[in-house]
Formats: sequence, C-alpha cells, structure tokens
Amino acid sequence: MPNRKNTRRTPLTSRWMWLTLVPLYLFTLVLVLGPLVYMLVLSFETRADMWGVIPQFTLANYQNIFQPVYLNTFVQSLKLALLCTGLILLIGYPFGYFMARLSPRGKKFMTAALMIPFWTNSLIRLYGWIIVLRSGGTLDKVLMALHLTQRPLKLLYTYPAVVVGMVYALLQFMILAVYSSAEKMDWSLVEAARDLGASPAQAFFTVTLKLTMPGLLSGVILTFIPSMGLFFIADILGGNKVVLVGSLIQDQLLQAHNWPFAAALSVVLMLLTSLMIGLYKRVTHTTRLEGLL
Amino acid sequence: MKKKRRISFSTVYLALGLVIIYLPIALVILYSFNESKLSSVWGGFSLKWYRTLFADKAMFQALGNSLILGLSASFAAGVVGTLGAVGFDRVRPRSRRVIEYLTSMPLMTPEIILGMVFMAFFGMLGIPFGMGTLILSHTTFCIPYVFMLVQARLVGMDRSLAEAARDLGAGERQVFFTITLPLLLPAIVSGMLLSFAMSLDDVIISLFVTGVNVNTLPIKVYTALKTGVTPEINALCTLLLAATLLLVGLSMLWGKISRLTGSGR
Repeated sequence: MPNRKNTRRTPLTSRWMWLTLVPLYLFTLVLVLGPLVYMLVLSFETRADMWGVIPQFTLANYQNIFQPVYLNTFVQSLKLALLCTGLILLIGYPFGYFMARLSPRGKKFMTAALMIPFWTNSLIRLYGWIIVLRSGGTLDKVLMALHLTQRPLKLLYTYPAVVVGMVYALLQFMILAVYSSAEKMDWSLVEAARDLGASPAQAFFTVTLKLTMPGLLSGVILTFIPSMGLFFIADILGGNKVVLVGSLIQDQLLQAHNWPFAAALSVVLMLLTSLMIGLYKRVTHTTRLEGLL
Repeated sequence: MKKKRRISFSTVYLALGLVIIYLPIALVILYSFNESKLSSVWGGFSLKWYRTLFADKAMFQALGNSLILGLSASFAAGVVGTLGAVGFDRVRPRSRRVIEYLTSMPLMTPEIILGMVFMAFFGMLGIPFGMGTLILSHTTFCIPYVFMLVQARLVGMDRSLAEAARDLGAGERQVFFTITLPLLLPAIVSGMLLSFAMSLDDVIISLFVTGVNVNTLPIKVYTALKTGVTPEINALCTLLLAATLLLVGLSMLWGKISRLTGSGR
C-alpha cells in the first residue's frame, strides 16, 4: 500500500490506472483488429480443394468479383441500397426535423416512442411485415375492403417487399441522426435569414439544410452500408429473388465454403464503408458519426 | 394562422409515422392471441399458442441460451467498457484518437463483416464454435456501447466532487469507489441494458459463430420465418417484446437518460 500523503496530488492513478485499459486493448487488438487483419490476409490466399485454405498468394479472389454473376450482384445490391437510402432520406429527414421543433415534452415522448422499436428484435418487426404483406394479409384485406383491388396483390417475396422491409428497418437511424443535428441547431439563424427577406424555401436550403448536413450525411452512411449487408431481410421478405452483397458473403461462407472469396468481398465492402466514413469526417470536420449513440 | 397550419402538418406527419412504425409490431401481438392457425383469419381470442410455446422444450433451450449469452456479454462488456473508459480518461491526447477509433470500430463495421471475420478467425485459431464463441463475439460488439456512454458521462462529470474528496484526504481508490463509480453508474447500467438488447437482437453474427447444437432465440425465429411460421412464434415475439419494454423502462428510470441513441449529451 503506497503512502497516501505522497500520492495525493500526483496520484497513484498514473501508476495503476493504465491497467484498466488492458482488457479494452486486449479485446480491441485480439478480437477486432486481429480478425480484420486476418480477413485481409485470407482474401489473398488460395482456396483448398476440399476444405480450408492454402497459404499461397493469389489475386484470384479479387478477380473473381469481376465475374458477371458476382459483379451483377454488387451492382444490384448497390442499386437497392441507393433506392432505400433515398427513400429513407425523403421520409426520415422531415421526421427528424419536425421532431426537433417539438416542445421538450414532445421531444421526450417521441424519442421514447422511437426507442422501443429500436430496441425491439428486428425479426419481430420483419414478421409484422410478413403479416401485412402476405397474400390475403392485412394490406390486401384493407385494399379489398375499400374496393381498390379485386384480388390479393401477392406482395410478399417481391422486390418492393424487400424495399419496404429495409426502409422500415433502417429508418430510425436517419431520423435520430437528423434529429440530433437539428436539435443542436441555432434556429435564430433561420429567423435572421427570413428577416433579411429569404423565402421559407430559401431559408431552408441555405441555412437549415447546411446546418443539419452532418446528421443527414451520418444518416445516409448509417442506412446505406447496412442495406448492402442485411441479408436476412432480403431472405425473408424477398424469397430468393433479391440477392445482396451480404447474401453473397453468407453464401460463400456457409454454403460454398469459399472463405477467401468471402473475405475478398468483405474487404471491398469494408473499403467502401471506410471511404464513406472518411469522406464524412473530411466534409463535416468531426470524428463521430452524428446520432450514432 | 400560417404558423398554426405548419405545426399541424408536422404533427400529422409524426403521428402517421408512429402509426406505421408500430403497426407491424401490434399485428404480431394481436395474432399471438388468435385461435386460428392462419394469420389471415381471426378465429377468436385464445392463449393456446402460449401454452404450445411453454411446452416446447427446444424453444426453452433457445431462450436459456439467449439469456446466458445476453447476460454474460452485457456483463463482460460492462466491466471492460467501464474500466476502459476510466483509463481512457487519463490517456494522452495523441493516443486518444487511435484508441477511440479502434474501440468504435465494431459499431462502424457492417454486421455481416463482423460475422464473417469472427467465423474465419475462430476457425483459424481452432476454437470450437458454440456458446464460448458466441459470448466472445457478442462481448466484442457490445463493448463500444458501454465505452462510449460511460466516456460521454465522464467528460460531462463534475470533477470538483472528486477533487473535494481528495482534498479531504480520500485516497485515489476511495475516490473512485465512493464518488466516481456512483456517478458513472447510470451510464454503465444504460450501456449494459443496451448491450443486452443488442445481444438479444443479433441474428447475423450469431448465425456465423454459433455451433451446430447451440440455438439462440433470434436464430430460432429466423429459421421459423424462413421455413414456415406458426402463431407460436407470435407468442414468442410478444414475450420478447414485453422483455424489451421492461428493459427500456428500467434503463430510462434508472439512467434518467432519455436518449441512448440521440446525440449522447
């Protein structure tokens, strides 16, 4: 036990405090950095004939991506991700923006109301959409009762069903990111712009949109990246018709047992992610994604 | 006049949004009480699917696995994340950015990639897949939640309390356990509850690192949704939902943090 008097000002902290970082370092190095580095190594290795990997350098896995089948998956997945992100932006931005304009009580209520689905198992929420979209399901019943359609639409296991599922699953990320940005905004700037003769639209595009840009961009990243990976949504709502980059990785890993190729696909997806986050940091001059936590 | 109309439009928009967000969840709950096996027909109120669920041994095993997994992962993440955040507080600014970047990496990495790298990595090391690998990987992706919440709390903490205690002769350890830790507790608890919820929610990573005989609830639900659902799954979902509500309620009461996902401050 060190002498307490001596250690009061220059605390014994510095002597043992670093120890508290050890578990964090261990987990980060061994279970985050280690696997990611291994993924990179794996992506340059050769697949064994039967099972496993041969440590032999090759670029074949990356060349593989350019095969028409796989390249097409990448393009389709990117298109779907763009479509979903666009829709989420259109729906989520006003939502987050309106939320930020509520009274403190209203804000509290809305954040709580959004938190519950956020914490709810995503499969439960997907299942709800199955009930809504399936042939003869809730949507069909409502539409037929209103005499808008004559027979069931067969919406489940189609492309639009996947889009609905994706938008629904990721919407809250956009809402919370935009909200978090809009809430910190200095609204007097908008008023100033209006006083100086700007129309509401002008004030919005020159002031509000610019100030909420970090939230908007963060929301785009937080929705775009997962919408290429969430294969179970495509699986469950799209049947086998919609294939994402994530589905491809899962397939290569669990069915084809082609680990090096799955690793190469993951590296590309990871690069895309890092690129987007890097750009975000450059543009917004921040280190953290707005509204992430 | 003009202002009033704008407010009402935004209220309608928000309300409509909430209705659509909650509709699928409400339907799952509603049909768990449905007498009929078909989710398109309402056959009257019944608890029979709950009885089926409670008689299902495999389901209970999955529930047990999920609970063990969630509790272990959130506890481990709570310890590692909190200790890390406390230590991080004294780290030199230059190293801070690197540490922060590396620890938050699991949050920024798509789940599919985390799942893939964990699987490949554990496979390479020859660690048998099962509960052990599940706990390790869940702990890893839960740590950032605790770390970031506790760290945000530390930054916003009133340092004068700790200084006062030290001036009054308390040792470093005493200060930590009587002042710092109690002040951090809400953030720690919130982080652990969030971790628990994240662990209960995870399908993708679990699917990759689980063993042949270890099923978690989300994996069970996923398989059921792919192969064919019975209202038993509705009943299960409803129970999970109730558990979630309890967790959110607890964390809000305890942490007095109304936002775990907002800007954080």
